Amino acid sequence: MSPAPPTAAAPDTAVSSRTRARRRSARIPYALLLPALLGLAFLVLPLAGLLVRAPWSSLPGQLSSTEVWEALRLSLICATAATGLSLLVGVPLAWLLARTDFPGRRFIRALVTLPLVLPPVVGGVALLLVLGRNGIIGRWLDSAFGITLPFHTSGVVLAEAFVAMPFLVISVEGALRAADPRYEEAAATLGASRLTAFRRVTLPLIAPGIGAGAVLAWARALGEFGATITFAGNFPGQTQTMPLAVYLAMESDPEAAIALSLVLLAVSITVLAGLRDRWMSTP
Amino acid sequence: MTSTMRRTAISAVAALALATGLGACSSGSSSSASASASSSAAAPKLSGTVTVFAAASLQGTFTDLGKKFEAAYPGVKVKFNFGGSSSLAQSIVSGAPADVFAAASPATMKTVTDAKDAAGDPKVFVRNTLEIAVPKGNPKHIASLKDLAGSGLKVALCAKEVPCGSAAATALKTGDVNLTPVTLEQDVKAALTKVELGEVDASLVYRTDVQADSGKIDGVDFPEAAKAVNDYPIAALAKAPNTNGAAAFVAYIQSAEARQVLTAAGFQAP
Amino acid sequence: MTPPHALDAHLRIDRGTFRLDLPLTAAPGEVVALLGPNGAGKSTALRALAGLLPLTEGHLHLDGTALEDPATGLHTPAESRPVGVVFQDYLLFPHLSALDNVAFGLRCRGADKKTSRAQARPWLERLGLAEYTESKPRALSGGQAQRVALARALAVRPRLLLLDEPLAALDARTRLEVRAQLRRHLAEFEAVAVLVTHDPLDAMVLADRLVVIEGGQVVQTGTPSEIARHPRTDYIARLVGLNLYQGTADGHTVTLADGQKLATTDELTGPAFVAFPPAAVALHRTRPESSARNAWQLEVAGLDLHGDQIRVDLTGELPLTADLTPAAAAELDLAPGTMVWASVKAAQTRAYPA
Repeated sequence: MSPAPPTAAAPDTAVSSRTRARRRSARIPYALLLPALLGLAFLVLPLAGLLVRAPWSSLPGQLSSTEVWEALRLSLICATAATGLSLLVGVPLAWLLARTDFPGRRFIRALVTLPLVLPPVVGGVALLLVLGRNGIIGRWLDSAFGITLPFHTSGVVLAEAFVAMPFLVISVEGALRAADPRYEEAAATLGASRLTAFRRVTLPLIAPGIGAGAVLAWARALGEFGATITFAGNFPGQTQTMPLAVYLAMESDPEAAIALSLVLLAVSITVLAGLRDRWMSTP
Repeated sequence: MTSTMRRTAISAVAALALATGLGACSSGSSSSASASASSSAAAPKLSGTVTVFAAASLQGTFTDLGKKFEAAYPGVKVKFNFGGSSSLAQSIVSGAPADVFAAASPATMKTVTDAKDAAGDPKVFVRNTLEIAVPKGNPKHIASLKDLAGSGLKVALCAKEVPCGSAAATALKTGDVNLTPVTLEQDVKAALTKVELGEVDASLVYRTDVQADSGKIDGVDFPEAAKAVNDYPIAALAKAPNTNGAAAFVAYIQSAEARQVLTAAGFQAP
Repeated sequence: MTPPHALDAHLRIDRGTFRLDLPLTAAPGEVVALLGPNGAGKSTALRALAGLLPLTEGHLHLDGTALEDPATGLHTPAESRPVGVVFQDYLLFPHLSALDNVAFGLRCRGADKKTSRAQARPWLERLGLAEYTESKPRALSGGQAQRVALARALAVRPRLLLLDEPLAALDARTRLEVRAQLRRHLAEFEAVAVLVTHDPLDAMVLADRLVVIEGGQVVQTGTPSEIARHPRTDYIARLVGLNLYQGTADGHTVTLADGQKLATTDELTGPAFVAFPPAAVALHRTRPESSARNAWQLEVAGLDLHGDQIRVDLTGELPLTADLTPAAAAELDLAPGTMVWASVKAAQTRAYPA
């Protein structure tokens, strides 16, 4: 009849924290612990393998070349730009999918997630067919504006955004579906247009979801290989990101490849660990 | 006479290895049959599967030759794994169960011989030369290596880490051509695809690749290519699960019949 | 030049098998309660008034201006209506402070940040929330949140204030207090207020007029006492059949305007309501000798059968209704005009601050 409002929970705090403490000290069932540890080992051991096989003594020499740092710099710039691009168009797209109803919405939703299942190389070829010099749109971009995207850093950003954006869209759409749409109605009754309601109410409400999606997208973009090398090509300082450098180093010098992988790994872990606490935990 | 004896000895070792479970990774059933056959007969009767790791540029010819080999030795199956020579070499060194390795460059083969994974010295069975691949009809009228350095021209090369890339570097150095490509592709097929899609105006690829794709691509020969000839070595592998099959396949690839198929595809005899 | 009705609406909405057909008018300053069981269409009506749900047919005029008229295709969107809404669970924006919640509507209407805050502050002060301006909604109690929601809705100076189950989210104790405050604020509100509730007591205490709806149709309208005295359906009889009086409390006694005194076990002082259900009334042919201090001699005005109960309408010094079993009614031999004694135990009355 009269459910307790969520705001009136203050007096219960002491009780609930005690319950939580008890729950935490309780024994963890082996049926969960064993597969959990197995899963952890499965994820961590290959990384440990990299560390063990790393050519520590020659590492400074391996990493002294400017190409390495150029590739790293390019990777960080492109992944960040791809994330920015994904945010710019991905968040509105997620809103459209979550908050409006139009014929074929389910189909469009499936299309949006397509890059997740598409082999990235296929994605790269598809991008070439559309945005390449002879592509449907690329031809027109070339003749009208003299813009060619392949073999240019902007091509790397596009390829990475193509592959990474679905992560952001899915994450933000989930956050939007979880967020109460009546807040938008409340804003409307206060005189807010749909755009104002989105900007001043919905966006702050789903900020954790956007943050999580952006981190996922950034991580995916940073490791992107297939679509990038296919669409943007590979040229040091221009389009050669770390994963491309690692792949090519693997062709001739596995030790150098391991050294490069370590750098990429260290940077990613630093950034992700730093962002995770700030963004991925709900307030 | 001596060669027959050695082969028998090797297969006996292989049979022993299998019996004690050392050859655990091989597709088992095949080799025990060949071992029993070889112990009784002087000329070994082949059977089982021969697994061949071969450079991507050999895909067309080797698929063809594999069928011919199977026809010549009924009961034998040839399984191919085509890929970049470097990655193939890496997987062989890491213990992939292969019988034969055919590489696109001596350097990649060296990875395998250095790890003592080759049985005997590798033999160069063909050579491949570079050609300038241009879109059908050669719209930019490229006639020489120097033309590639022309302004406004987009050229794709292979990355120097892969054989076609190092060959391209040698050719360009020989011709004293200073060329800035727009991209360094991870393998020759990727470089070719870029020409096919019209994303670049030209790329330096193997003659065989141009020939295999002659429907969409034209090739332009250039004299500097002679200085950048790529040798293709082949070797049976030390840890081959099917030793007899490996030896027979290596021998077959060097036969006159195989050479005819290879040269028809644009390869040169060594 | 004031139009006869500040609110003049006929809400017709078809949703599958459900149809809402609700004529609704209100004068300026009037508080109208839409009362009905769950699924009666109350919330649908409220959402239609707010502009969150389009009408299928009918019309909606406010202060002489047409806001919606499906016949001409007119539909003023929610953000352009001079309407304020207090939602059932308030829907305070969790990322904004109480002050910014109240200032939100002002900002949407073009005021800058500083001006809107300056204008919002007096509203919070008026509702006794001066020290909570910087609090985030999750730090507020249910009653405080309700008042912030009210301030937020009032700050845009709506010509139509809509309240959706304004007390439903509160616990019983807070509810009494908030109900009294809300009543005061609604009384001060100069435009039309429409309240949706399924609680007859809320409706009767807060509203000047009740509109009872069942299954999307109006089944009865009238003042709270009219409806309590003459329920037309079993639902109203069961839910609304409540004897309700207003007076001034002093300890355990509430003195009504005409001097009648009612004893109650609740202790309070100041303006108060006293209520008791018809089933709590006992009828006697002779003056009861029990300890009940609340006893009056009254005349039977009418008898009605409601379900398995007989409702007796009594007039006299304290008009009230009583529910009896048919057997008890037969034993008393009741007929219109019969004089009986009615008594109510003090323990069965409820007194509330007004």
